[in-house]
Amino acid sequence: MDIERVNLPGIGMQHSVTTSRGRRLGVVSHHTGRRDLVVYDKDDPDSTVVNVALTPDEANVVAELLGTARIVERLAELNRQVEGLVTQQIAIPAGSPYDGRTLGDTQTRTRTGASIVAVVRDREVFASPRPDFRFVAGDVIVAVGTADGTNAVASILTDG
Amino acid sequence: MHGILLVEIGAIILSLGLLAALASRFSISPIPFYLIAGLAFGTGGVLKFDESESFIVAGAEIGVILLLFTLGLEYTAAELVGTLRSAAPAGLLDLVLNSAPGVAVALILGWGPVAAVAMGGVTYVTSSGITAKVMGDLGWLGNRETPVVLSLLVFEDLTMAVYLPILTALLAGAGLLAGSITLAIAAATITVVLLVALKFGHVVERFVASDSEEVLLLKVLGLTVLVAGVAAELKVSAAVGAFLVGIALSGPLAHTAREMLTPLRDLFAAVFFVLFGLQTDPGSLIPVLGIAVLLAFTGLITKAATGWIAAYRAGLGISARWRAGAALLPRGEFNIVIAGLAVTAGVNERMRPLAAAYVLIVAVVGPIAARGAEPLAKWITARSKPSLVKS
Repeated sequence: MDIERVNLPGIGMQHSVTTSRGRRLGVVSHHTGRRDLVVYDKDDPDSTVVNVALTPDEANVVAELLGTARIVERLAELNRQVEGLVTQQIAIPAGSPYDGRTLGDTQTRTRTGASIVAVVRDREVFASPRPDFRFVAGDVIVAVGTADGTNAVASILTDG
Repeated sequence: MHGILLVEIGAIILSLGLLAALASRFSISPIPFYLIAGLAFGTGGVLKFDESESFIVAGAEIGVILLLFTLGLEYTAAELVGTLRSAAPAGLLDLVLNSAPGVAVALILGWGPVAAVAMGGVTYVTSSGITAKVMGDLGWLGNRETPVVLSLLVFEDLTMAVYLPILTALLAGAGLLAGSITLAIAAATITVVLLVALKFGHVVERFVASDSEEVLLLKVLGLTVLVAGVAAELKVSAAVGAFLVGIALSGPLAHTAREMLTPLRDLFAAVFFVLFGLQTDPGSLIPVLGIAVLLAFTGLITKAATGWIAAYRAGLGISARWRAGAALLPRGEFNIVIAGLAVTAGVNERMRPLAAAYVLIVAVVGPIAARGAEPLAKWITARSKPSLVKS
């Protein structure tokens, strides 16, 4: 599915997609955090017929209902906003000292400054894992921090 | 003595509040109401204000500075530079089509070339504030003509950055040499500010950034007024200086600064519009009314045509073209700012009532016409494609 992305100077961003059944949907992202969910006219692809304004919290709820893909967008946004911040996906290898241990045990945030913001297991995304989240070999964690910090996370998860 | 001063200021601000409430009830811009209030209070009007004059004059000046500053804040330097290339053809068309009526009227009335340049500005600029509000209110932000309309507004913004110093130089009656020096200074300043904003925006931001909103407010306001004052001393126009400070700030800081300064801007800009009305003799409106109506009518048609053509060039359908035209119609704050600059510098006194009447008409008719655009476009589409009409 192609996402069409247009800048709206002074307002924010306009994303739109066309579904396989030919309906066009869009999201207007305001700088203020407001999101407008829009549905385009069947006969006139330039015009919206439905327009729902969402607060940031409401938008998050809708996004969670629709799936977890929003976390990825949020990370990309973080990356754009803060120069020098990187996201890294790190697999927990078999034989890792943390296979079977919890996120809290790793103390990665204290030791590296980087944060583990999500864990992908069997194509399922666990957003914002809590300290008692238990890792299993094969999990892929998503770490956010400086390049040095996320590299340090990788070496901790591999070698302890 | 002091009591009377406070009574006058209080009465003015309170009546502006009541007028703004009325305007928001009909969801149109309050600017025409402020102008009418000024007309009612001022020269030859019903009421007289003497004590508060110096407050109003200083307040109006700060109002202009804040209007231009928040205009600069609206777009980041990257957006300005990025839009320049894609919007240039439509933007130039916009400039030519919409400044031509003003230039023509000034020349026909024999006001001279300097007044013609000023009148061109008065008829040209769309009010980005009113347009953005109209599009938001009508739920048009998701539509496909919205990026087209916005990029035209950004282009107008850039044009203002070049136009205002030229106008100021001309108004100062500068000769060819002095004029070109002023222009060179202005062009250099704009280039430097754009460069600084693009490359070193974070340095400026670090200077003003603060966790305390109070500190941020005072720093930003102080910096803006200071730069505006220095620009005025350099004969580049205070308005341009403030505009450039706005462009130099971007990112989250710009967002916070806008939130904090918008209430101040609303207050002082209202004072500016009132002053413009105050200085306009209501009696002088009548002789220029015919020209103003004609100019407003032409201005509505040329703007609608601009939007229509820009949307057509972007490959959009009929309804989107009509909406783009309608969205661009409203004129407002900057047309009055330009007329104010010109009249203060001694250009033909009749420009004041003409600009006031022009903005009064267009700022009211624009948003109303925008509401009618969609039904009109539907009706036209239905007529031209009878096969699609359900029977």
